[in-house]
Amino acid sequence: MLKIFHQIFRTGIVTEPLDPAEEAKVTLTGSALEEEVKKRFGGSVTIRLVDAGSCNACELEISAINNPIYDCERFGIHFAASPRFADLLLVTGPVSRNMEIALRRTYDAMPSPKLVVAVGDCGYNGGVFGCSYASLGGVGNVLPVDAYIHGCPPAPSRILNGILKAIRKI
Amino acid sequence: MNGKIQNLIRDITGKGAVSTDASVKGAIACEVEKTAFSQAARILKEAGFRLMAEWASDETFFGRGYAVYAAYNDGSDYLVIKSALPPGEPSFPTLTRHFQGAYRLERQIDSLFGLTPAGHPDLRPWIKHEDWPAEAYPLRKSFAASTAMPRVEREYKWAKASGEGVFEIPVGPVHAGIIEPGHFRFQAVGEDIINLETRLGYVHKGIEKRFESLSWDEAARLSGRVSGDSTVAHAVAFCMAAEEASGCVPTDRARYLRAVMIERERIANHLGDIGAICNDTAFAFLHYQFSILREKVLRTNLRIFGHRLMMDRVVLGGVSADITGEGVAAVLAELNEVSGEFERLVRIYEDSPSLEDRVFGTGVLTPEAANALGVVGFVARSSGQKLDARLQNPFPPYDRFVPRVPLLRSGDVHARAWVRIEEVRDSFRLVKEMLGELPGGPLASEWVRPLPEQSGFSVVEGWRGEIVYWVQCAPDRGINRCMVRDPSSMNWLALEQAVRGNIVPDFPLCNKSFNQSYSGHDL
Repeated sequence: MLKIFHQIFRTGIVTEPLDPAEEAKVTLTGSALEEEVKKRFGGSVTIRLVDAGSCNACELEISAINNPIYDCERFGIHFAASPRFADLLLVTGPVSRNMEIALRRTYDAMPSPKLVVAVGDCGYNGGVFGCSYASLGGVGNVLPVDAYIHGCPPAPSRILNGILKAIRKI
Repeated sequence: MNGKIQNLIRDITGKGAVSTDASVKGAIACEVEKTAFSQAARILKEAGFRLMAEWASDETFFGRGYAVYAAYNDGSDYLVIKSALPPGEPSFPTLTRHFQGAYRLERQIDSLFGLTPAGHPDLRPWIKHEDWPAEAYPLRKSFAASTAMPRVEREYKWAKASGEGVFEIPVGPVHAGIIEPGHFRFQAVGEDIINLETRLGYVHKGIEKRFESLSWDEAARLSGRVSGDSTVAHAVAFCMAAEEASGCVPTDRARYLRAVMIERERIANHLGDIGAICNDTAFAFLHYQFSILREKVLRTNLRIFGHRLMMDRVVLGGVSADITGEGVAAVLAELNEVSGEFERLVRIYEDSPSLEDRVFGTGVLTPEAANALGVVGFVARSSGQKLDARLQNPFPPYDRFVPRVPLLRSGDVHARAWVRIEEVRDSFRLVKEMLGELPGGPLASEWVRPLPEQSGFSVVEGWRGEIVYWVQCAPDRGINRCMVRDPSSMNWLALEQAVRGNIVPDFPLCNKSFNQSYSGHDL
């Protein structure tokens, strides 16, 4: 237990990252986001993520916004296990034929009003995977998308930016 | 070719003279009659080989029909056995009676090529979901990649269990966390799992078909997105297979930088996953601590190589990102800082009885089961299988900087975590040593396309384990076929074995300790 306390004090608060450029981007996104979140979703926006065919790189960067350095929860952004509690559907990947039904069902299970944000170049237009017998291309071919976050994969700070874009659009 | 291999080839082909297929580079290849395809497996199994991969190829453009291939390995010997299938006979003898690992590989061949493994015990479609048109065989040349795919009414036949108190829990494809999709179906009595059946294929996006329509450069980019967490290792494996086929030799500096990036990818993923295992035991503290270290490594990657995950830094003939003297100093400084912190966290891991209580003896994959299933990577090394392509098939600089490969036998969640802890330590050392002797020279050799019909075989040890590629050049010098075998294709079956007898609430922990790729498996 002493080791844990020691490590906590050693670590301190890391939510101020070392790289000032990176930090400015995140904080700017975050504070602007907080106001919008307060207005639209009473202090919090709950996200359900669906990987509709991604290579898993976007998932890694979305997981990273939960780490202590980006700490998305300080802006009221929270990931939920059930679509029933979600305000925003975050979708990654080109939509594979084999995930289309599960993606639509998840969307239908969410209460209105709801937002859809597609993450990554594949979510925009299918990316390197394109459209084929197995890939339906971008998320917009399946669901109404409120914002696209470009990048392959987008960095965590850009993912926070994109969520902001989606909230302003309503 | 050593004497042992020569004798084996004589046994397999039944001919006195040893003749090999010289169009396959990167492994010793020989062609046998279709009827001998399964006998070859038996002979190789008796000689101690394991099955690495099994795949098919449509060779219509060479004026032939289909062919099936199987790759075997023992120590540093790699052998590819090929059988041409006569036109009008879309079947081949199954290898499942010799190698359990062939089970899903052959279902995949059956589903995507329409070539039947005769004698296979279970021909339910795999990856091809039940609502695909039955006649859709996307990897045949006669199937256009843009073919429309209406949904048809059919059902998947799940394994059933019955009896007093037996119930079923379906999970997925959409899971609770920020992870990839797949379906798990448990039969349980109370909390005890009596059987788990996995169904995958949800993120199948036609990668192998896509390769055939891309230029070589675009294909290298695609290989870096087969499994985004292993982008470097997959791109290296693809490029090495293509380079084998073409005879292009990457520069010394490129090979060192490829190895450095592979090791950095290993460090980043292991850091994230060791933390995630702790998180699944409700020890969030270590999860957040390890995620800080992972973030530090990714930021250094961005600064040095221009991309957090190092995507597209491996190209045909070499690499596209260089490292300066300052860059080397920055990496070494980061290594010192991160490795110091890492050791503090490992001491906390070792010193937490509540964590130990969850990870010791949970999700055991016995060495016998690991061997029978043909698992690879850290999963194999946690269950007593000494397999690591960096030792078995070292490309420079791994011949000079030899990895110290950890080996445990208990096969539980702790073993899989601990092997990865040891590997992080060793990768810190390897990166440091390789950067210390980084040779000068250009970043890449000139890329030349292979000649028609030449094919290349490659094996690369990514952080998850052995990645296998086989690339065959088309008559127009494009890609005729690119076979991808992610380590997950061998390891997913092992998860089903490991969770049996465990309690349902321990499944996420067991699954996380394997952390196999859905995308790399589904392709």
